[in-house]
Amino acid sequence: MKIDINRIKEKIGFMILTACLLLVVLIIIVIFTNILINGYSVINIDFLIKSPTQGMTEGGIMPAIIGTFLVTIITAIFSIPLGMGCAIYLNEYAKQNWFTRLIRISIRNLAGVPSIVYGLFGVVLFVQLMNIGTSVLASGLTLSLMTLPMTITASEEALKNIPMSFREGALALGATKWQAISTNVIPYAIPGMLTGTILGLSRAAGETAPLLFTGVAFYLPYLPKGVFDQFMALPYHLYIMATQHHSIMEVRPIAYGTAMVLVALVFMMNLGAIILRYRLRKNRKE
Amino acid sequence: MIKDPVIEVIDFNFYYGDKRALTDVNVKIEKNSVTGIIGPSGCGKSTFLRSINLMNNLILGARYEGKIMLDGENIIHKDVDVVELRRKVGMVFQKSNPFPKSIFENVAYGLRINGIKNKDLISRRIEESLKGAALWEEVKDRLNASAFDLSGGQQQRLCIARALAVEPDILLMDEPASALDPTATIKIEELIQELKKKYTIIIVTHNMQQAARVSDYTAFFMMGKLIEYNRTNLMFTNPEFKITEDYITGRFG
Repeated sequence: MKIDINRIKEKIGFMILTACLLLVVLIIIVIFTNILINGYSVINIDFLIKSPTQGMTEGGIMPAIIGTFLVTIITAIFSIPLGMGCAIYLNEYAKQNWFTRLIRISIRNLAGVPSIVYGLFGVVLFVQLMNIGTSVLASGLTLSLMTLPMTITASEEALKNIPMSFREGALALGATKWQAISTNVIPYAIPGMLTGTILGLSRAAGETAPLLFTGVAFYLPYLPKGVFDQFMALPYHLYIMATQHHSIMEVRPIAYGTAMVLVALVFMMNLGAIILRYRLRKNRKE
Repeated sequence: MIKDPVIEVIDFNFYYGDKRALTDVNVKIEKNSVTGIIGPSGCGKSTFLRSINLMNNLILGARYEGKIMLDGENIIHKDVDVVELRRKVGMVFQKSNPFPKSIFENVAYGLRINGIKNKDLISRRIEESLKGAALWEEVKDRLNASAFDLSGGQQQRLCIARALAVEPDILLMDEPASALDPTATIKIEELIQELKKKYTIIIVTHNMQQAARVSDYTAFFMMGKLIEYNRTNLMFTNPEFKITEDYITGRFG
């Protein structure tokens, strides 16, 4: 009798867990199909390589794709070295006391700050105080700030996963601390560090709010010629197309098409992170 | 008793923060001999071993008092070059810790960080070290294989070879055979006998028979104090203190 009750409990538990998973999968499928069905009609080569025309009711989204690429690259240039450096210092060099704990908690909390706050901070710091102006550089710097907490946290976790014996073994052979870290810790932590960093970047690539006041433009008839120019970006373009355009219904397919490109871009970045991690792990074993 | 000491420990105290882990340790280590360190868990034997190459520096709140003289120099002194010291005093850990590199690169690691680039020299040293650790015959055809492909005993001998490659004078071994099966353990013990011709060896062990088999001198630690220190054959046949006898005969531990 008792066994039967346990079996029923087991079944119910299993069913609830399966239902949770199926629900999530279903939501994902609905989102993707919705984007696909509504957007596929506009997707073609021209859409990817042409500028918007006719008051953005026709043409492609090439400037927005390029803008998003540019701003993501600038974000990477600033946030990867800075974030990894921070993580290495925190995990390997910093003393574990109340002050470093406070720093760590602050960094974790920064990850939860709404992106619009970063946007406003970016305007004040980069656009006005540093006088960079509304530009792809100012936007990239703002996004760097936003992704730093994620980069630092992910990198620190990756460093923590390297066994203490790698450090001790190197030190016992007469390695200096930096030699031990640079030759016997960082190389093995890199896959984890990069994975976390790329995930952070892919989130940054889809952000709108931090770009809003720092450099993104509604429409530009030319491409940015340097880092001090304004730019168009996919998420902002999508926002305009979906809510601000004068003939919203007419441009709906373009909005969906933009969403598709953005999702594909983020997906490719995440896929890249997975492939990179896999490759580096494989190399490490040889 | 000790004619030619290579290490002389004088009134040595060690603290983890406020907690005293070693109290007034005085000991001389004979050159080209094997000194076994025995004692119950938590008696400070590993702490003592890790003081000799200042590995305890990695622990927050570690503090030393007294002297550990090595080549006429007190290594506890602030100005001591830790890196230089660890090249002279090699260490083999309890759990074998090969790096995730090839067998060759594992042994070469110590040479590379010392700035040795000469390929012939590196190859020669690697062969010597692997021979010294009685591993050469087993791995000479697969030096580029991953160190993780080796068995547990082989991995530990690889770690010994890695330590030998930087040509230390002293080898510290922290229960080097505790994770190995009896056959691999015997190999390590035979190796230790071979190694003492060239190196001074200090070995921490939990295994009383092992201490009796491999060491020339034995130090018995308890609760952070060096209780008894003598030639192994004397200590195991005629211990001075009752408590040493109780420990050696397995009445506690």
